[in-house]
Amino acid sequence: MTVLDTPTPTPTSSPADARPSAARAFRAILWRDIFVTGKEFWVFLAQVALQPLFMLFVFAKVLNAGGYVTDSYAHLLLPGIVALTAFLTALQTVSFPLIMEFSFTREIEDRLLAPLPTYLVAVEKLLLAVIRALASAVVMFPIGALVLGSAPWHSDGVPLLIASLVLGSWVGAGIGLTLGTMVPPSKISVIFAVILTPLMFTGATQYPWQSLDSMRWFQVVTALNPLTYLSEAVRAAVVPEIPHIAPWICLVVLVLSGAIFTGVGIKGFMRRALT
Amino acid sequence: MTPAVEVHDLVKRYPKRDVNAVDGLSFTVQPGEIFGLLGPNGAGKSTTIGVLTTRVRATSGEARVAGMDVVRNAVAARTLFAVVPQQTNLDRSLTPRQNLAFHAAYHGFSRTDRNAKAAAMLDEFGLADQADDKVDWYSGGMAQRLMIARAMMHEPKVLFLDEPTTGLDPQSRLFMWERVRDLRSRGVTVVLTTHDMDEAAEMADRVGIVDHGKLLALDTPEGLTRGLAGHSVLDLSVTAGDGDDPEKLVAALTDVAGVERGEAVAGGPIRLYLTADPATVLAPVIAVLGGRSATLTNVHMGAASLEDVFIDLTGRGLR
Repeated sequence: MTVLDTPTPTPTSSPADARPSAARAFRAILWRDIFVTGKEFWVFLAQVALQPLFMLFVFAKVLNAGGYVTDSYAHLLLPGIVALTAFLTALQTVSFPLIMEFSFTREIEDRLLAPLPTYLVAVEKLLLAVIRALASAVVMFPIGALVLGSAPWHSDGVPLLIASLVLGSWVGAGIGLTLGTMVPPSKISVIFAVILTPLMFTGATQYPWQSLDSMRWFQVVTALNPLTYLSEAVRAAVVPEIPHIAPWICLVVLVLSGAIFTGVGIKGFMRRALT
Repeated sequence: MTPAVEVHDLVKRYPKRDVNAVDGLSFTVQPGEIFGLLGPNGAGKSTTIGVLTTRVRATSGEARVAGMDVVRNAVAARTLFAVVPQQTNLDRSLTPRQNLAFHAAYHGFSRTDRNAKAAAMLDEFGLADQADDKVDWYSGGMAQRLMIARAMMHEPKVLFLDEPTTGLDPQSRLFMWERVRDLRSRGVTVVLTTHDMDEAAEMADRVGIVDHGKLLALDTPEGLTRGLAGHSVLDLSVTAGDGDDPEKLVAALTDVAGVERGEAVAGGPIRLYLTADPATVLAPVIAVLGGRSATLTNVHMGAASLEDVFIDLTGRGLR
């Protein structure tokens, strides 16, 4: 929050009516994004579901048919894929549109000039990303069950599942906000190559973290990726019999990294929005 | 009456620059006025508009729009003004009609209000038949009209137009001028930036000429041209005689009675700024040219234009 945006009441002059309020403006820009998501729902679904679906199909079904992986691997992989889907959906919901809106299309300008503090426009992006990420996670479970023929379920783990998905999506959104305000449009393909791909494969989505005990260096690398803690927490919730990092550690790390990336991201957003 | 726009000692220095983009600018725009900010590229016009529209942080100084301090009270100020940028920033995920309706929603209008207003605006700006097309299909002129319609959705008191007719065809330009005058008649104050002199002379009640972040002149277009070395100019297309050059010719011509000063535009005509009637100056001028065996191929008499004032104040150097 900057001095510029502090909504202090003015004693000298104020608009004749109190019609526009920050809360109404916030709801309206959130509604705009949800409206657009709904309008392009099938595109959205393809965007979020296709890649994890293929990953699930090849790793759990095709490799299983060839006898390379066991049946139980499918149940280990599905929660990891759900975590990955939520994380990436949140990240991409914020980063790619933001890179475009701040440069070529300038579409965001109309919202930056809405009567609400500028940082709330960034907060709205984060909230939308969490909503879309949760929607994609909800979609992934039944799709995964269809692909695999069955899906692991553990009703006691539902609160942990929800908490970790909300927090994990928030972290993904925060990273998306940081990237979206930092990366110039000419470098958009670089995000894919040097950021997204390593994030996807060092996030303990396709393997439990503790199975890396014999590969210490890689275990350290994965421990630095916030996605690892989301995958571990989702597995702890859905397939608790598989060894996992203690859920409370996962939640603490997710909260901390969410806070850090949100802070950095909003700072970057303000720098782009106000010169 | 509260001024529509008040800028006082405004300074903006961008990080890592050693000169101020806006350097102690002050001016006031009265309600209902069409005010033109004129200046070469990089003169500080857009930065000034940026500060007034809460997108650029002022380094120091004061800026108010409709009495509201835009530096300290950005959120409240945003309800009082609207901006039409030079480059399209329409929401391409929405139809034109939705662009208008959502803009009003951001500003807190109820669903019934915003749908009714959107329909009325689309009608007024001649876009009713294309209201549900894709924004991507719009021509430059249509996009510009839609952006003005969008700006008017939340009933601003001051409308900022950044280079409103750059790149428009003559029809769109005329339509735009008509709409802007119409807005004024409804009590909306219009601040426009431009480097199109004809536009400024045609549209603006008063013009401020800005360069290097400073205000160089501020007056009505007539006042500005009147202030410039006499009322009229004489353009002479001349080929200098052997051993002579245009600079020397200009010096000789400036000595003629009734000529205030002159200049030679490289590759172009010699321009003389007159304090007397061009007809009375012409004969002695031709005599001087004849005496130096220069060949005169064309003569043009005219009044000084805003462009002359502009060049006079900001110089001929390229930016």
